[in-house]
Amino acid sequence: MTDQAVSVPRRESPLLRFVKGLALIRESWVGMTGLALVAFWVLIAVFAPALAPFPPNAPGAPMTLPGGPSLDGSSVHYLGTDQLGRDILSRIIDGSRQVLFYAPLATLCAYLVGIPMGLAAGYRRGITDDLLSFIANVILSFPVLVLYIIIIATIGASGTNIVIAVTFASAPGIMRIVRGLVLDLRNREYVFAAETRGESAWRVMLVEILPNARGPLIVDACLRLGYVVITIGTLGFLGLGLPPPDPDWGGMVSETRQFAMFMPHMAVFPCIAISSLVLGFNLLADGLREVSLRD
Amino acid sequence: MLIFMTRRFGTMVLTMLVVSILVFLLLEINVESVAIKVLGPYTSLEQRELWLERNGYNDPAVWRYLRWLGNFVIGDFGQSVRFKVPVSDVMWPRLANTGILGGIALLIASLIGLTLGVIAGMREGGVRDRTVSVSAILTTSVPEFASAVLLIVLFVFYWPILPGTSGMADGFDPVQLVLPVMVLVIYDWGYIARMTRASMAEVMMTHYIRTAVLKGLPYGQVIRRHALRNALIAPFTVIMLQINWLLSGVIVVEVAFAYKGFGSLLYEASLNSDIYLIEACAMVAVFVAVMTQTLADVGYTYLNPRIRFS
Amino acid sequence: MSSQSHDYDGPVLECRGLCISYFTRAGEIPAVIDFNMTLEQGGSIGLVGESGCGKSTVAMAIMRYLGGNGAIVGGQVFYKGRDMATFSDEELRQLRGNEIAMVYQEPMASLNPSMTLGRQLMEVPLCHENISEEDAYKRARQMLADVNLPDPDRIMSVYPHQISGGQQQRVVIAMALLSNPSLLLLDEPTTALDVTVEAGIIELIGQIAKKFNTSMVYISHNLGLILETCDRVNVMYSGVVVESGTVDEVFDHMRHPYTKGLFGCIPLPGADKTARPLVPIRGQLPLPHQRPPGCYFGPRCDFFQGGLCDKEELTMSQVPNEPGHDVRCRRWQEIDWDSYHPEGVGAGEMEAGEVVLSINNMKKYYEIADNSIGAMISGKRVRHVKANESITFDARSCQTVAIVGESGCGKSTFAKVLMGLETATDGEVMFNGKDISNEEVQKRTPEQIGSMQMVFQNPFDTLNPSHTVGAQLARVIRKFGVESNADRVEQRVMELLDLVKLPREFARRRPRQLSGGQKQRVGIARAFAGNPTTVVADEPVSALDVSVQAAVTGLLMDIQKTYRTTLIFISHDLSLVRYLADRVVVMYLGRIVEQGTTDEVFAPPYHPYTEALLSAVPIADTSVERTRIILEGNLPSVTSPPSGCVFNTRCPRRIGDICEAEVPPVVEPTPGHQIACHLSMEELRAMKPVIVMAEDAASPVAE
Repeated sequence: MTDQAVSVPRRESPLLRFVKGLALIRESWVGMTGLALVAFWVLIAVFAPALAPFPPNAPGAPMTLPGGPSLDGSSVHYLGTDQLGRDILSRIIDGSRQVLFYAPLATLCAYLVGIPMGLAAGYRRGITDDLLSFIANVILSFPVLVLYIIIIATIGASGTNIVIAVTFASAPGIMRIVRGLVLDLRNREYVFAAETRGESAWRVMLVEILPNARGPLIVDACLRLGYVVITIGTLGFLGLGLPPPDPDWGGMVSETRQFAMFMPHMAVFPCIAISSLVLGFNLLADGLREVSLRD
Repeated sequence: MLIFMTRRFGTMVLTMLVVSILVFLLLEINVESVAIKVLGPYTSLEQRELWLERNGYNDPAVWRYLRWLGNFVIGDFGQSVRFKVPVSDVMWPRLANTGILGGIALLIASLIGLTLGVIAGMREGGVRDRTVSVSAILTTSVPEFASAVLLIVLFVFYWPILPGTSGMADGFDPVQLVLPVMVLVIYDWGYIARMTRASMAEVMMTHYIRTAVLKGLPYGQVIRRHALRNALIAPFTVIMLQINWLLSGVIVVEVAFAYKGFGSLLYEASLNSDIYLIEACAMVAVFVAVMTQTLADVGYTYLNPRIRFS
Repeated sequence: MSSQSHDYDGPVLECRGLCISYFTRAGEIPAVIDFNMTLEQGGSIGLVGESGCGKSTVAMAIMRYLGGNGAIVGGQVFYKGRDMATFSDEELRQLRGNEIAMVYQEPMASLNPSMTLGRQLMEVPLCHENISEEDAYKRARQMLADVNLPDPDRIMSVYPHQISGGQQQRVVIAMALLSNPSLLLLDEPTTALDVTVEAGIIELIGQIAKKFNTSMVYISHNLGLILETCDRVNVMYSGVVVESGTVDEVFDHMRHPYTKGLFGCIPLPGADKTARPLVPIRGQLPLPHQRPPGCYFGPRCDFFQGGLCDKEELTMSQVPNEPGHDVRCRRWQEIDWDSYHPEGVGAGEMEAGEVVLSINNMKKYYEIADNSIGAMISGKRVRHVKANESITFDARSCQTVAIVGESGCGKSTFAKVLMGLETATDGEVMFNGKDISNEEVQKRTPEQIGSMQMVFQNPFDTLNPSHTVGAQLARVIRKFGVESNADRVEQRVMELLDLVKLPREFARRRPRQLSGGQKQRVGIARAFAGNPTTVVADEPVSALDVSVQAAVTGLLMDIQKTYRTTLIFISHDLSLVRYLADRVVVMYLGRIVEQGTTDEVFAPPYHPYTEALLSAVPIADTSVERTRIILEGNLPSVTSPPSGCVFNTRCPRRIGDICEAEVPPVVEPTPGHQIACHLSMEELRAMKPVIVMAEDAASPVAE
């Protein structure tokens, strides 16, 4: 008897299954393009110190055009320099670290807050749902940027505060999505089966319901990542983002846009950088959605 | 229906109350910082104490909140610290400017979004669908500040046919509205189009469309009479909720083009710690957002006979 | 085209060698292969088969509406002698809805939710004929009256969700008939409806056939309905017709092993779980891309012969002396049906034991807030919905108690109270000597929970798609404290899989890799994990195909016998209930109207509702004579049930005001057989049976 029991292999590790799931993206060229863009920026961020030809804050000849030589003539500013003579390419490369650190972190925090709220609201319903939904509605009725401006104006501009602000502003939206999914999933018979065997509410939510909501949530997370990148960029553009002098794409645009009418390269390249990263996340989300709907 | 309306408006009032508490807590609970913001950082402690005393800031917080709220309700938002005039004098004209900008942008974005969304959703997976979907993703991926810069470079630097700022220094000039509106439309149309497309594609898959086709109705009639009516219910809500997003976008665009609107006012107020102006702008922004949400809900109920007659 | 149709007297519809495929990422998947059919004017042909056999695809191909990925890849369809491939788009449009009309499976989904019914009806004449709005309105209104809808003017002005499902289907039928079509395609028109409503629709379809002389193609999975509506039948299996002929030929002298097997799977009157059990067809339906070579039924067939049955190019052959009766089988002439006695899966004799579950006057009311202005003024904001009212019955060990009723009768609420997901408002539920009516599931001990478990209805969401079968079973075993050691748990999982006759390697599969029947088996294994004394089965086989149903039912009874389990079998399927239940409880709008042993309930005296319910069930047996009792009106809403006897609004035997004024007394014609009705004992005893079997046809299965 025991040998048969042993012959049953262990479950596949969740990580392996996740990777297998991701491999499905190959079937969507939209998703592949997105994945390539995101992967490109991730690699740049990881190897930033090796890739950047100059230190990001090192001054050189101001407003060098793209392809112009550096001060000592030993190398080239491929994308030119900004008004303080800092190499734009190096600053973009270095800035990718900022955005690819804070955006996923903020999104993760928002999910960590939003998912339990959504689970509780959708599963327990009644007064819990009314209360949580009302809170969500209140927060969501602020135009997002107004909310960010008020929060940042009150607690000041810093990386941590951006994470706090994004969590505060995004968690209600995540809660709504999770709640909607849970309201649908909670009527499945396997949930009834779990309830009739007396499982605790949190186990039902986390083990029976949440795993089945992962598809739409992964797609949403991708979209949201793109949106958080935009948010961080916009805050930087408004001067409410990460404090200078470390490069931040939004901030780079903000500092140089007054020269855009005669020296466009200084503002244009960071704009292209941020747009391509957001595009990557959005395409990836679309591809994931397409693939997940197929099966 | 009447009950629904009353309840919906009740919720709206309640939401506004909670929002006002939130704003009050964030900005006014610390009286010391209020005094610093109003009188400036270089005032003496005594000056501030005196000011606080004279303006009733030593009263209990609840009492202060109620008085503050009462003033808000009757439209008294206090003095702007920077402009030294009542907040309402500065705010209302700016809001009107933003109304023009946002209204035009929303109108154009909706028209483009709805049309292209319907066309894309008619045949899911077709060439037109793919083109619209991908271009929608493409344009919504460009943040407003980035497209503002890119458009300025394009239409002011390379091909100088449009003004790069929209300050309206010499009176109202429609040409100066072109670029700001373009930026907002580029960012917003895609979202509306994608929602419309999804809704349309869903409707085209339903059995009642099959019924309509198999009744022998011409394709045009199937689309016009059966599909559109049902497919446009959801995008209606989306467009109304878009106003909330537009209010965010408007801030960026107004800052980027130096347009004298509500968004840039709020932004400058926050830079200058112009506390009463921030409060008023925030409350007005939320009011507009909540109001449109309520209208969206009511409109949705009205458009959807399944809810209207039940 | 229409001028041509007047003097044409050939077949209305002819399919010759029709082949239809769907094109997916995996490549071409044939949905229908070599389909032949000739429909004469005024004739009616039934297409019958299990899910995925391609019967609906045929209808859509006739309509030339196969969606973006479907296409006719071979053969022709002739409409009144003309190849439909030669029709232009415009001609096709003129044909649809005008010459060929269709009635669909789900009436609610088939009607536009945001358009009044009147508009939707008027569109048909308006787009096909040169007709004024007023005339179109008159025509539509008249047609609504013709399909026996009360108050046609009101129906014209409302939206689909404002009328009941049965009424919606009548509207769809009216819409199809508006242009007086020559051909009517009915795709499972009653599957979504309750059985008493279905009876009304079937009667209407019969009247239409007579009145309008319309030719019909009737698609259904239910052989009984085909018998009632059609004169010819095509039996389909996995994309091919395996047998076709007149209804009498196919029902009484079937030649194909699949047809034979199908009839062996359905519980006809006369089938009996001990003496004449059902004979399931082994295995499962092949997936379209995994069809075996040669005969698609081969792997499930008892007469399969290697080298012969698995050769390609299998065609229909005609039965001698029966023109029009064709069989797609190479061996049909060799099969000796008289000596073929397959073993059924029955239960054998079982002696009921002591009372395990005793429900005494149990009530479950829900409170709902009434937000109407009237309620606000009167201050009565809370209304009670009596989901269960005075439920009283006993269940003994090893006994199967069936709870029967249509939608909204309170079956599911009752199950929830038993399982502790809801608590009873009043009364008691004695389970193994303890009152559990007020104990929520969290307050029950693992033992208590484990000894009462449930089998669910829908195989597609009874198992959690995110976890493996083994993990889900193991969790139940641990939860009920049966085993805790990891190896022992795994061993117990294996035993459970053995119990439900599934291979052990299924433990590491995920639910989506299992077929519907296999998932339902896992569901049964899960219910029996805690060695329960009572299992509540909520429509456990209603979502399964007929051939799989019999096997799962048999398995359930087999396990029940082994463990002497009490089975509470909730179902709307009276044929199945008659087959497997020992006692039957009939519910209507939350009340028990009749209960007794199966024989008592299925024979007079009846409660008038039971009588109507029994008469409404279609039976696929040509030798059975049924009395038709069609219930008038709609099922009343549970939130505002009629006063007095809840059945009084629809009762064909209503005696007078007393039915409306007083709650009926419970009478016992024989001890234990309880009927809640105002009819006198004499009137009850004078009732005639609604189902009579002709004496000569003793057994349709053994022929």
